[in-house]
Amino acid sequence: MSPDSQSQHQALDENVVFHVHGVTKVYQMGEVQVSALRGVDIDLQRGEFTVLLGASGSGKSTLLNILGGLDTPTEGHVFYGERDLTRASESELTEYRRFHVGFVFQFYNLIPSLTARENVAVVTEIANSPMQPGDALKLVGLQDRLDHFPAQLSGGEQQRVAIARAIAKNPDVLLCDEPTGALDSKTGIVVLQALQRINEELGTTTAVITHNAGIAQMADRVIHLTDGLIGNVYKNDTRLRADELKW
Amino acid sequence: MRAIDIKLWRELWGMRMQALAIAMVIVGGVSIFIMSLSTLDSLFETRENYYRNHHFADVFASLKRAPLSLVKRIREIPGVDKVETRVLAYVNLDLEDFDDPVSGHLLSLNANSTGLLNQIYLRKGRLLDPGRDNEVLLSEEFAHAHDLQPGDKLAATINGRRKVLSIVGLVLSPEYIYQIAPGAMFPDYLRYGVLWTARKPLASAYDMDGAFNDVTLTLSKDGNEQDVIDRLDELLKPYGGIGAYARKDQLSNRFLSEELKQQKTIATIFPMIFFGVAAFLLNVVTSRLISLQREQIAGLKAFGYSNFSVGLHYTKLILMITAIGVIAGIGFGIWMGKGMSNIYMAFYSLPFMNYVLNAEVIIAAVLISMGVAVLGTLYALYNAASLPPAQAMRPEPPAMYHTTLVEKLGLQRWFSQPTRMIFRHIERRPFKSLMTILGISMACGTMMIGGFQEGAIKHMVEVQFGMSQRSDLTAIFTEPTSQRSLYSLQSLRGVEHVEGFRVVTAKLRFEHRSYRTSVQGIDPDGSLMRLLDTRLKVIDLPPEGIILTDYLAEILHIKVGDMLTVEVLEGDRPVVQVPVVGMAKEYLGLNGYMQLNSLNRLLNEGHAISSAWLKVDKLHQPHVYAELKDAPRIAGVVEQESAINSFYETMDETILFFTFITTLLGGSIAFGVVYNSMRIALSERNRELASLRVLGFHKAEVAYILLGEMVVLTLIAIPLGIMIGYGLCAFLAFQFDSDLYRIPLVLGLKVYAFAALVVIGSSIISALMIWRNLAQLDMVAVLKTKE
Repeated sequence: MSPDSQSQHQALDENVVFHVHGVTKVYQMGEVQVSALRGVDIDLQRGEFTVLLGASGSGKSTLLNILGGLDTPTEGHVFYGERDLTRASESELTEYRRFHVGFVFQFYNLIPSLTARENVAVVTEIANSPMQPGDALKLVGLQDRLDHFPAQLSGGEQQRVAIARAIAKNPDVLLCDEPTGALDSKTGIVVLQALQRINEELGTTTAVITHNAGIAQMADRVIHLTDGLIGNVYKNDTRLRADELKW
Repeated sequence: MRAIDIKLWRELWGMRMQALAIAMVIVGGVSIFIMSLSTLDSLFETRENYYRNHHFADVFASLKRAPLSLVKRIREIPGVDKVETRVLAYVNLDLEDFDDPVSGHLLSLNANSTGLLNQIYLRKGRLLDPGRDNEVLLSEEFAHAHDLQPGDKLAATINGRRKVLSIVGLVLSPEYIYQIAPGAMFPDYLRYGVLWTARKPLASAYDMDGAFNDVTLTLSKDGNEQDVIDRLDELLKPYGGIGAYARKDQLSNRFLSEELKQQKTIATIFPMIFFGVAAFLLNVVTSRLISLQREQIAGLKAFGYSNFSVGLHYTKLILMITAIGVIAGIGFGIWMGKGMSNIYMAFYSLPFMNYVLNAEVIIAAVLISMGVAVLGTLYALYNAASLPPAQAMRPEPPAMYHTTLVEKLGLQRWFSQPTRMIFRHIERRPFKSLMTILGISMACGTMMIGGFQEGAIKHMVEVQFGMSQRSDLTAIFTEPTSQRSLYSLQSLRGVEHVEGFRVVTAKLRFEHRSYRTSVQGIDPDGSLMRLLDTRLKVIDLPPEGIILTDYLAEILHIKVGDMLTVEVLEGDRPVVQVPVVGMAKEYLGLNGYMQLNSLNRLLNEGHAISSAWLKVDKLHQPHVYAELKDAPRIAGVVEQESAINSFYETMDETILFFTFITTLLGGSIAFGVVYNSMRIALSERNRELASLRVLGFHKAEVAYILLGEMVVLTLIAIPLGIMIGYGLCAFLAFQFDSDLYRIPLVLGLKVYAFAALVVIGSSIISALMIWRNLAQLDMVAVLKTKE
């Protein structure tokens, strides 16, 4: 870490998990340049449940990918604690994802050849101090489906396996990309309940990106993204519980 | 160009590496096919031309001595066209600066003539001059081996008298395409040559004035070969005829025919393997391509393309890949075929080579490859054509997996999740996994054929000359002689041990089957010639009865205890019944063996021997050679070891070339199968592997899942491949068996190891190429796309 970024970072609050500073991202799409992020500044607090809300193309996925160490910004810095992710090597980013980040994807991305329990074990086997795969699945209410293969599970169940897989390593942050995007509202709520429970019981910092405004009501803080810029940011005075949500 | 065809070209470009890997396998099949068949056609054509243009005889016979007046009667045999008599002698040759014994056949030839039958082909110099009786024409190979040119001289011991001969020309002969000394295993141009000299001096030397001891003839169009042979035998009997034989039994022609037969077998097996593998690869790749293009297929159908045109679209793609392989294969095959033909031309002393590439061969190659390609992909094509548009629009249903058998056996807890993924993936597509294993095994098996030949020949030599025949020299007397001659040999300085033996030409008959060969009478207590059983244990030769080479017993369908009819073709020509008392394992030639005394009793000849085996002290070898060369009663001397060594030298190049080819072919199969399988697996599991990368798996950990599957399949394939290779070699050995030689099925550790290593090497190369693709897994895309 350079002295320059060190000094920048010393001013930061200990409670800040992510410090995003002046991040831009430009994609080269054929012969056209597309700016996905145009200078984003934002901090995410420890234990906070944040919803990043925006329409398709607003840059919210790009931001999540950068936070998760899957992508690097064109300009600007992203600090995870004291670590500057923009200066990390590929293998450092892999280590970062391996030990600190839990991912939940819109299309679950389970391994079809592994059962629910094994899909969780695939991550706990390489983590530092993980929970038992069975315990993680119990947290999402799937204690009875441990030995089912993905093809034998419903969409909602598959997504809950994905959540169990993400949290089983006891990650510092949980990043969810449209976790209910492929589900009907009833199943979506079950999945959100699982996320809420993790956030409350384990205190895992959670960032959910969605274009579904209804979900925003369960967040501590809501960040609107429009055309690659941070728009409205607000805190919910009263958070709704997941089962109270409607969309 | 139509849009749909542009799509075709772009897709072909997009999958160029895979297409290339498949094309390579097709190149292998087509090129071997073309190479073998064109070489075969060329050899047939060349041989036929050579035989026809040089009037190669149809029937050959040797005898002791007959007056020339007999020729008229031979000509009168119905079915005989042209007759030529000769004086033929087996002589010792003496070359400056070459101490080893050299022997040769000296044939009579008229001045200024290439002969009536078996016409020689003059390569250099001139024909024999009428006025001179010391001129000689030399077989080209022999001259080259000794660096002799027209104008040089060499000495020959002709019936005990040394004569200096002046070389006037170098020639080839259709009778000596395969130039091999009598009783030798391999051609040895340094120690055996064929020479032609004027008839008169030769006849005088052997008391053959107005007589002959060798006759060859051609048949007229309606001539019956067997009938002519029978009548000729009858005619020559009083003159010491040892049995006439047809062209098909002529030694040089026999070797060439065996070679052609082997070529034919290779022309069948190898292309079959390659086309099979190519069909499988095309099937795998096309199936994947079609499943990736489900939506496109749906789209095309929605726009109104018919099932037929969709099917045709993919057929074109397959045929394009095949066409690349076929075109390159034809070119490569012609190149290899020409190379191979030239090797044969040199190896067989052919004066010319007509390289023949029949249109039928090309057409067959094209049709077979195209047919196999389409057949291999028929199922995938049918699926593409018959997919209803609405169904095609939807993604394929998720793959269903099960816990595998290995895990159910209780081994599960030892496996990490990635290892479980490997096993389940293999088990989910048992057919595909099996075919992949089979493909790799074929590669392994193909390579073993290369190493097999070398090992087999080494084993043959070891058994034949290390365990069975253990003499350093064989001395052949001009005619059967008393055993007392052995004393003079024994008394030579450096000769450690001598054993005499008797060889007679005989026709062995059992029921309606017969075989013309020699019966050897040997010393039962001798140590220089031992008979071996199938387990290579020494067999005792009983005082009565005959032991036959096992393969000869098979030909005659005779077993131990049966009575064999022995028709001796020399001397008093007795016909006797002898019990078969055993079988001997021999890889070369077919013989009968009896105790010397019992054979002599049968011949009513007293204690005669015709040849002797000598064990010689290495230090005194040159001295012994020199003495033998001057010995008047010794017609020729055969030395084993140097003959074997010089053979190894010639064979090494051929074997190296063959090993290179089989390695190249085996390697290309292994690479084609492994690379394509992994490329497909990567495409199918792209999403799964990228997800794991997102979850924090390192590249190497992800690679383990993909490459681990290949490792497992390769490890299963290698032992299976070794079994297949063993089977292929056994098949070849069986196919190549003939009365000239039997190829033992001996495969050294080196052969197995080499095949396995090349397979592993090819897999590693494919893995390295896949590693590059693996490094480019798009983690971001995976989060957003639905499979």
